Amino acid sequence: MAKKLMKGNEAIGEAAIQAGVRNYFCYPITPQSEVAEYLAKRMPEVGGMFLQGESELAVGNMIFGAAATGERVFTTSSSPGISLMQEAISYIAGAQLPAVFANIVRGGPGLGGILPAQSDYFQSVKGGGHGDYKMLVLAPSTVQEAVDLMMIAFDLADKYTNPVMIIGDGMIGQMMEPVEFKKPPPMALPPKKWAANGCKGRDPVIIRSLFLDPLRLEQNNRELFVKYRRMQAEEVRFERYNVEKGNKVLIVAYGTTARICKTVIADFKARGINVGLLRPISLYPFPMAAVAEAAEGVKAVLSVEMSMGQMVEDVERSVLGRAPVGFFGRVGGVVPTPEEITVEIEKLL
Amino acid sequence: MERTAEKVVFTRPEAMKNAVTHYCPGCTHGVIHRIVAEVIDELGIRDKTVGVGPVGCSVLIYNYMNVDFLEAAHGRAPAFATGIKRVRPDLIAFTYQGDGDLASIGMGEIVHAANRGEKFTTIFVNNAIYGMTGGQMAPTTMPGQVTTTCPLGRNTKDTGEPIRMAELLSALKTSAFITRVSVHSPRHIVETKKAILRAFRYQIDKVCYSLVEVLSICPTNWGLTTKESAKWLEETMIPYYPLGDKKTPEHSQR
Amino acid sequence: MPGIIIDRDRCKGCETCVEACPQQIIAMSKEINAKGYFYARVDDPFRCLGCRICAIVCPDVAIEVLSEGVQYSLFEY
Repeated sequence: MAKKLMKGNEAIGEAAIQAGVRNYFCYPITPQSEVAEYLAKRMPEVGGMFLQGESELAVGNMIFGAAATGERVFTTSSSPGISLMQEAISYIAGAQLPAVFANIVRGGPGLGGILPAQSDYFQSVKGGGHGDYKMLVLAPSTVQEAVDLMMIAFDLADKYTNPVMIIGDGMIGQMMEPVEFKKPPPMALPPKKWAANGCKGRDPVIIRSLFLDPLRLEQNNRELFVKYRRMQAEEVRFERYNVEKGNKVLIVAYGTTARICKTVIADFKARGINVGLLRPISLYPFPMAAVAEAAEGVKAVLSVEMSMGQMVEDVERSVLGRAPVGFFGRVGGVVPTPEEITVEIEKLL
Repeated sequence: MERTAEKVVFTRPEAMKNAVTHYCPGCTHGVIHRIVAEVIDELGIRDKTVGVGPVGCSVLIYNYMNVDFLEAAHGRAPAFATGIKRVRPDLIAFTYQGDGDLASIGMGEIVHAANRGEKFTTIFVNNAIYGMTGGQMAPTTMPGQVTTTCPLGRNTKDTGEPIRMAELLSALKTSAFITRVSVHSPRHIVETKKAILRAFRYQIDKVCYSLVEVLSICPTNWGLTTKESAKWLEETMIPYYPLGDKKTPEHSQR
Repeated sequence: MPGIIIDRDRCKGCETCVEACPQQIIAMSKEINAKGYFYARVDDPFRCLGCRICAIVCPDVAIEVLSEGVQYSLFEY
């Protein structure tokens, strides 16, 4: 399939279609309404189901109902909308159902703004809903990567019977870049014996997250964390960019911010100063080992984010004293410039 | 008289599990559960039905109904059922909800599901109180009715008037079958079964959204015996919540 | 001759059937069942019509109705 110039939001929608998904629930919110607008036209073309709910809160719960039947389903939203879905996400994780959520992040807190940000890191990685649960969180930094991650997200959701989140800042959704839709290698997935699709020829199933017996609820929690340990073993994804022994400074950044840092690294290289970048693609499971290894022997590590400092905590946890960990961030929709980041790094040299 | 198969004229429906319910003595949730199960049996839809339970006294309905069941977040059952019907329209879906679940936290979900004309059925149990959490005031609590969160009796000047869901939903223009029945007496139970049968038929025939509001007693939290509860429902609730069809797909929309 | 079987230990002693029985032949036992409730039992089985009203009103599906020979019903259920 030839490359096509597409807006990130539309590419994310098309990626789900190319992955064979035919069910999408949504609610309009800037900066990702184009996903809904695109799929409102596209889903009927492929015999798919498109429904705009009355709120993101309702949509999150429609996702639960749809996923419970065993059908593949997804939704996309942005920060305030994703906040409204947190209860449903906690239920979906507790009931162990597969579902895909995309968050095209905008400035917060509150109504915040509509420009790109990365200030939902804690909400998605540490869990924005109640109880002990995790989402598999994948952060693309290009439109192509958003497409690639979207196309494997549904297999991953089924593999772990767990919600998966694709999290991109507003830029990823609004930018146009050439993309192609490559079929990912098929993943061996277990049959969905748990699905509530009519008890023909079997005993009825119950899909619930309520376990009044504390030992049974504890067992459910432990089952979740067996899956999360497996995610930590099999789903860590990152990119090493110019990471090598001679690095003076290691940058840790993801999404659009990481692309800006690549420019900074090129500038330093031209000046004979060796700066590396470790770009997490999976925010959960966080690439702790890779960050730790890349931090060996550097003068300092700098976490660069479009937030007031969230991922930096996981960077500190990974670096664990191998080097001092600094933070630089712009927030509210302000995108850091290469010059600003360069000044911050020079302070560390 | 020994029990032989052909002599049994009334027994537990197949769509009901042989479980003893947690409901209080006299609570008519049990009756409503049985009626829904009888209707599922008679329509022969047990193996393609998915139920959605609420949060409330009937949160444990999945232990009593012999069909696939989802336990929904409080108030969100209509969204769950929308999800089911939109991706698997061939399945029969119903929500079973109490008045706290549907008329309070879930008001947004039920109004929009009805307005979209989602082709599922709602069994809405109105007992004018929050049961599971111990007898608090619900949107359907009657004026002057004493509950643990309106211990001096509901003051409608302060908390508004009880909400008549059947009438409220029937004001929507989208076609629907919306009726109110009760289970506080044998005759009313017989009527309730007819209404629920009719509601599920509209779903099977893909005609419209259907909701049956069922007035039900809550002896424990009303602080009355079963007999007194039935009397209170008849004398206090029914005048305010008149029984009968509020909207049918056959009649033109108001 | 029609008759009913009350599942002694399933009954919660709510007495709804006692009120509903048109023949007024159901009463509460003096003994308690496994759950500690006085359970319902038929006082005068010969006067049972097999009309099913007790079973219809029972919230706990504790009553089964049997009939023999012609079974006419006063209502459709």
